[in-house]
Amino acid sequence: MTIPIRLTLNGKPHAIDLDDPRITLLDLLRERLGLTGAKKGCDRGQCGACTVLVDGRRINACLQLAVSLDGAEVLTIEGLSEGDALHPVQAAFIAHDGFQCGFCTPGQIMSAVGLIREGRAGTDPERIREGMSGNLCRCGAYAGILEAVKDASARMEPREDAA
Amino acid sequence: MILFDYSRASSVADAIAAARQPGSAFLAAGTNLVDLMKGGVTNPERVIDITRLPGLSGIEARADGSLRIGALARNSDVADDPHVARTYPMVAEALLAGASAQLRNAATVGGNLMQRTRCQYFTDAVSPCNKRQPGSGCAALGHATRIHAVQGWSEHCIATHPSDFCVPLAALDASVEIEGQGGKRSVKLTEFHLLPGDHPERETVLEPGELVTALTLPAEAAQFAGNARYLKVRDRTSYAFAVVSAAAALTLDGGRIGQARLAFGGLALKPWRVPEAEGSLAGKAPSPEAFAEAARIALDSAKPTGEANAFKVELARRVAVRALTSAAAGTPARIPALPASPFGLV
Repeated sequence: MTIPIRLTLNGKPHAIDLDDPRITLLDLLRERLGLTGAKKGCDRGQCGACTVLVDGRRINACLQLAVSLDGAEVLTIEGLSEGDALHPVQAAFIAHDGFQCGFCTPGQIMSAVGLIREGRAGTDPERIREGMSGNLCRCGAYAGILEAVKDASARMEPREDAA
Repeated sequence: MILFDYSRASSVADAIAAARQPGSAFLAAGTNLVDLMKGGVTNPERVIDITRLPGLSGIEARADGSLRIGALARNSDVADDPHVARTYPMVAEALLAGASAQLRNAATVGGNLMQRTRCQYFTDAVSPCNKRQPGSGCAALGHATRIHAVQGWSEHCIATHPSDFCVPLAALDASVEIEGQGGKRSVKLTEFHLLPGDHPERETVLEPGELVTALTLPAEAAQFAGNARYLKVRDRTSYAFAVVSAAAALTLDGGRIGQARLAFGGLALKPWRVPEAEGSLAGKAPSPEAFAEAARIALDSAKPTGEANAFKVELARRVAVRALTSAAAGTPARIPALPASPFGLV
């Protein structure tokens, strides 16, 4: 039995027939739709490498059953740039060397986009560190990641509560 | 993960009817359920998707001064709700001290109540565990028990309930709305989770097929808004479960304590509240001595399961004193950068 779902993925509508209700959003993206930007680190919601935005909010794609997301709008790292023009968070990660091996980077960037949208952290280093704690970097590039998020946050829409 | 039958409920009645069959599980965000299914810790035969149920995600301040939070409200929506943050600040602080931003954006209020223990002998899916496999024994007893109970445990199970959110809810006399075949009922949060006793496989008062539909906070809970804190001690500053936590709330009148509320996380299989400790503070001026006495009473009945968690009794006393001291100093205007962290607390 297949279960049909509809997703808006990086701005484009998709009709998908799921042949197994166990498929997570992460496996759907990577194994069925060829979008390998979101990474499978722990596959248990602990590392954040699979972070994507669903209906504008950052979540762990590894813990969401795709079947439960019928009608959702999903944004992955592949849909972030406008053609060749990088998203400000992507540009900031390059400018501030916010990575080493790069495995966690798509998740870090999507999480930072989510954090800035939430408007909770502004450019306060402590609030950014806390807000990014769901994304592990085993290379330890945290210093660069912090600078990148601070910079991108300042360039994007400043919020009233930005400290 | 074993294969399961998937169905999408379109109404509460529909969900309840579907869940009557044994081996059924409700799926909300799935942040805990899917994780446990991946690990083979729980293997439902039927998964009933309740994420589309209408009318269950609202946060409603009611005319009588109470607050009703729908079971499908997301943790982050509750924490960010201006009325919640202003009126029940320790609830918002506890929510923001839990999990990661990604998980809070998905996880629901009902799911928070229903989440399972993080006892490593439960989650490894292979050790003897009376919760997972009644009668198989408790592998935790006598082994690594840093996160295990010092209150309310039995020889059959020494696990703790991992929620931060439930701790201030218990302190503020929250109630849980439940709907099942037999109709609707409401139970106090402090009576919702069951201590292990002889049947650790039974974790809540829910009957098969019953669904949590909402949480309510009574109007009186608002009186603590000016003096309420949640304090959480954990192995790293963010994104870790509590070793010990406490929610402390006071009303102050002319330099004396009117009412006090004190509940602990990390000590037992439910949020742990000791009314005698709260009562000891009534009428006293807030002072280190009064807080130390309340903490002493609160931990009077504590009993470690062994040497490995004996430290938690003294830790819990100190967490209680610190949380009460911070509550007396006043709720901060904005939730600190590191919510519920001892760093930056009074």
